[in-house]
Order: sequence, then C-alpha cells, then structure tokens
Amino acid sequence: MYTQSLEELKKSCKDVRGDIVRMTAAAGSGHPGGSLSAVELMTALYFNVMNHRPQEVAWPERDRFILSKGHVCPVLYSVMARSGYFSVEELLTLRTLGSKLQGHPSSKLLPGVEVSSGSLGQGLSIANGLALSARLNKKGFRIYCLLGDGELQEGQVWEAVMTAAHYKLDQVCALVDYNNLQIDGTVEAVMGVAPLVEKWQSFNWHTIQIDGHDLSQVLAAYEEAKQTKGKPSVIIATTVKGKGCSFMENVAGWHGKSCNEKELQIALDDIYGKGN
Amino acid sequence: MSIKMLPNRDGYGHGLIELGATNSEVVVLDADLAKSTRSDWFADKFPERFFDLGIAEQDMLGTAAGLSLGGKIPFATTYGVFVTGRAWDQIRTTICYSELNVKIAGAHGGISVGPDGATHQALEDIALMRVLPHMQVMVPCDAVEAKKATIAAASVKGPCYLRFAREATPVFTEERDFFEIGKANVLKEGMDVTIIACGPIVYEALLANEQLAAMGISARVINMHTIKPLDEAVVLQAAEETKAIVTAEEHQVAGGLGSAVSEVLVKNKPVPVEMIGIQDTFGESGTPEELAVKYHLVANDIVLAAQKVLARKSK
Ligand SMILES: Cc1ncc(C[n+]2csc(CCOP(=O)(O)OP(=O)(O)O)c2C)c(N)n1
Ligand SMILES: [Mg+2]
Repeated sequence: MYTQSLEELKKSCKDVRGDIVRMTAAAGSGHPGGSLSAVELMTALYFNVMNHRPQEVAWPERDRFILSKGHVCPVLYSVMARSGYFSVEELLTLRTLGSKLQGHPSSKLLPGVEVSSGSLGQGLSIANGLALSARLNKKGFRIYCLLGDGELQEGQVWEAVMTAAHYKLDQVCALVDYNNLQIDGTVEAVMGVAPLVEKWQSFNWHTIQIDGHDLSQVLAAYEEAKQTKGKPSVIIATTVKGKGCSFMENVAGWHGKSCNEKELQIALDDIYGKGN
Repeated sequence: MSIKMLPNRDGYGHGLIELGATNSEVVVLDADLAKSTRSDWFADKFPERFFDLGIAEQDMLGTAAGLSLGGKIPFATTYGVFVTGRAWDQIRTTICYSELNVKIAGAHGGISVGPDGATHQALEDIALMRVLPHMQVMVPCDAVEAKKATIAAASVKGPCYLRFAREATPVFTEERDFFEIGKANVLKEGMDVTIIACGPIVYEALLANEQLAAMGISARVINMHTIKPLDEAVVLQAAEETKAIVTAEEHQVAGGLGSAVSEVLVKNKPVPVEMIGIQDTFGESGTPEELAVKYHLVANDIVLAAQKVLARKSK
C-alpha cells in the first residue's frame, strides 16, 4: 500500500475516469455513469485509505471492499489495476469471452474481488458478516461497502442497516453514491429515498455527509469513520452521475451505455483537457 | 416393540452442539425461529458464536456469506420455505456463484409440517436448491442421520442445503451406519423393483418393502440422503438389475428426487419410473398423518406405485 498526495490523487482520478470510458467503449457496453460518480470515493479508498496488499490478495489482515452495486465494476477494475492487482492493459478485455473482468464482478475469476456481486442490495449484509468474523477472530480490519442510492430501495439494505447497528459493527463503513439517478429516472421520481441522512441516523448509524467529488472531504470522511467507535458509519456522498464527461453528467441514459468512437474522444477531451 | 420417534430437526440440534465443541470455526445464524429449528441448542452452549438476525432471511444469508469470507463455517437456519424461497437470489448470486462455504438448514421440510398449512410446508426447496451450481443437497431420513449430515456438511467445502422435518418420525438408522455425502445407502436388497426415497418417507418405503415381500415381490430400498451430488452409480445399478423404479419424497414430484433420478435414467438407462410425491399442488392444514394419507405418501401408495411400475416393466 502507498499513499498519494492530493495532487497525485487528482491525477489518478483522471486516469481512472479515462479507463472507465475507454474500457466500456472497447466492450461496447457496461456502466459508465455510476462508475464515474464513484471515482473519488474509490480512488481515495484504494490508493490512500485501505490497508491492502495487491501482491498478496489473501493477506488476512487486509481491509475489505465489497462492491454492492456490482454494475459499476469498471471503476473497481480500474483502481485495482492501477494499484497493482493486474495490468492496466487487461482493462480492455472487459466483458469479453474468457476475461477475468466479467460484466459484473466474479470473485472466482478475479483475485482481489472479495465476493461476486451484480444483484443489488446484498453487499452490506456481507460486509456485516465479515465484521462479525473479524470480531470473533479478534482482527482489526475494516470493511468498506459501496452502495448506489437507487439500490437503497432494496429492502435487504435496510435489514443490513439494522444488523450493523444492532451488533455495533464500527468496522463497517458504508458508502452511498448519492447521484440521484437510477435507470428509470431520478431516484426521487422513481422511488424517493430522501431524507437519507435522517434515515441512517434514525437507524443508529454515524452519518458523514460530503461532496463526493471533493477529495479532501472524501479523505476526511474516511478518517472520521475510522475514528467513530461503537456504531457503524455511512458516508453519504453527493455526486454527479457521469461526472467528468460533459454529455454524460446527470443524464440517466448514460447509466448503462458505452461511448461510440466520437463520444469517446469528447469524453477523453473532457477528462484530460482538449488535445491531450 | 414400538420404534423410537424423534423429529429429525433434533438431529440438527445435536449435530450443531457436537460441531460447536469440536470446530471453533462453526457459527450459527437464525431468523427468529431458533427454538423451532433447534439452533437454540447451539446458542445456549456457544452464545458468542450464535447470531439472531431477526426476521430477515435475505440479510441472514448475506451475513452468513460474509462470515464464510472471514473463515467461519456458518449454518444459516430457518424454515425451508423461507430460507430457500425468500433468500434464493442471495443463495444463488452471492453464495453459489462465489462458491462460499455456507451451510443452509431448512427446517420444517415437507407436508408433514401439518396444521400450519401450505405457507409453512416446504415442498419446492429441493428443486430450488438442486438447480444451483456448486450446491450440495441433503435430505436425512431420521434424527440419527440428520446429525451425521450436519456434521458431514461442515467437513466439506462449499454451499450445502440440509432439509429437516418438524414431526417426530421413526428412528431406524443407527449411529454406526455408514454415511457419506453423495453415497446412497441400500437398506434392502431386491431384484424386482427399486424404491428410491429421501427423508422420513424412507421409513414408508421400508414398510412397503415388507408388504411387497408378502406378495412375493422383492423390492430394493435405497435411502438417497444426498440429492446432489446424486449417487448415479447406485441408480444405474438398480435400473440394470431391477428394471423398474419408484421414487418417493415429501416434495413436488417436479424438480425433486424423482426428477433427479429420472434425469440420470433417461440419459443412460431408460426404465419405467413412478413418482410418489406432491403432484403439483399446495398443501393444507391437517395432522401429519391425515396429510400423508390424503397426499398419497404412505407405504400403501408406494406399494401401488410399485405394482404399477412392474406392469410397465419390459419383459
Ligand atoms: C436486484 C437487482 N435488480 C435490478 C437490477 C438492475 N439494475 C442494475 S443497475 C440499476 C440501477 C441502480 O441505480 P443506483 O443504485 O442508483 O446505481 P448508480 O446510479 O450508482 O449506477 C438497476 C435497477 C440489478 N442489478 N439487481
Ligand atoms: Mg444512483
């Protein structure tokens, strides 16, 4: 594990965004929108926050990351590749026959993915189980779990929210990518989840509300969560779906669609600056 | 001399207690039915390794998945209908696709649940579990075998489903009888017809064997305690040697033991099969005995099925 300066992290976020649009474009499908909104959360986590060893994936003391919203695996694959789990070139095999990079993550195929996901609503329960195992084994690792805001409509999420608070699982840190979009439209139009902070608080969680694209706020939030004892923490990160690509931002249609060649060029210009 | 009667879920409770004492990685979860499923026997002895998740089966399966990722051997326990139905997607996508070492215990399997009626009678659980890649499925026939199956499940890697029954049923196997996952037990030799059964109905098959013997028909009886992986060799040998098969289970005939056996036969050695089981219908309230008679799950029904299949047998 190594840590990056704020400037380095900012640059890494650009590379991760570039990977997301490139790999989904190469695949001709995939989920760029909700990947792009989670870039800062994921980049900070893999490069600065989590205690992990990409060269030793089964290291028992490692912090765990559970991608509950499995469809945004492009962002996970990118931060994994860039922190050393596999080569960056391999990202372009996304969704192709024989690739370790399945359309939704497979723990059997890709070492470093803790558990397969893709059916929404299940990750937080798994995070809780890991936390209970850590308690029994007297291990100090932390467990991070990324959820979508639309995903919060799944009843199981709230079962798990109760469980984490009931068992006072303070090693659990939930991340909500609050981009206010799902497939059929805005979250508030499809099935409102607001007020989120009050909901999680009333379920006895410590809540931390941030701008999910402000890296210093992201880093501070992770630190606050780490320092919070006796209850689980949730970072509710206000984000923009499609962040970084002008034509994708806040457009529901870019949830599960990849760029054509022309769009890819615009996206890369948006991310890196024109002519780069 | 009357035979000893015990609910085979008691065997689960005893198995858990033994595992608790011998394997520190074993943990048990329940969803507010710990008394009924016997998981509370483990909870009383090993409270720090027992987790009640409340009435939240999906969360229970996910939590069990996480515990297994942390190196534990979780037994997620509740009624068979709820654990396999309500949490099927969790079992499929999180547990089986990731091939996690989670043991799933479904109590109150079958129509013999009785007065609680159709909502609580698991009649589709075997089908739901056996269709899943990596899943192993066990249906012990009595309390002694239930204990062995529980202990055996902890010793193999990967997901297992164990089905138990609510009612006290005859205990006819013994502690010393051989038990291995995936290896059927031939309880009676016979050359005219074979009865393949799983769960407490195996006892009815033994009674049927006696009735058939009195008619001069020699019926082989196989206790197929593991539905998956199915002991294909014993099925094929029975087909080869007796050329007629009756299956018997307390489950829908579609998708359960009868289907599993038939799948093997049609591919390798087609012989006539008759299936005793629930015929595409829901159960209802009643005493277990009344329901067994009404739904044609008793020895007499197996005898009739044997006669029918014998008539179909090619000479
Ligand atoms: C159980 C389940 N139901 C439906 C889907 C299909 N699906 C994939 S992504 C998605 C919308 C997710 O929205 P959100 O959680 O807000 O994710 P994000 O905006 O971060 O992409 C849906 C409905 C699924 N993967 N799993
Ligand atoms: Mg969203």
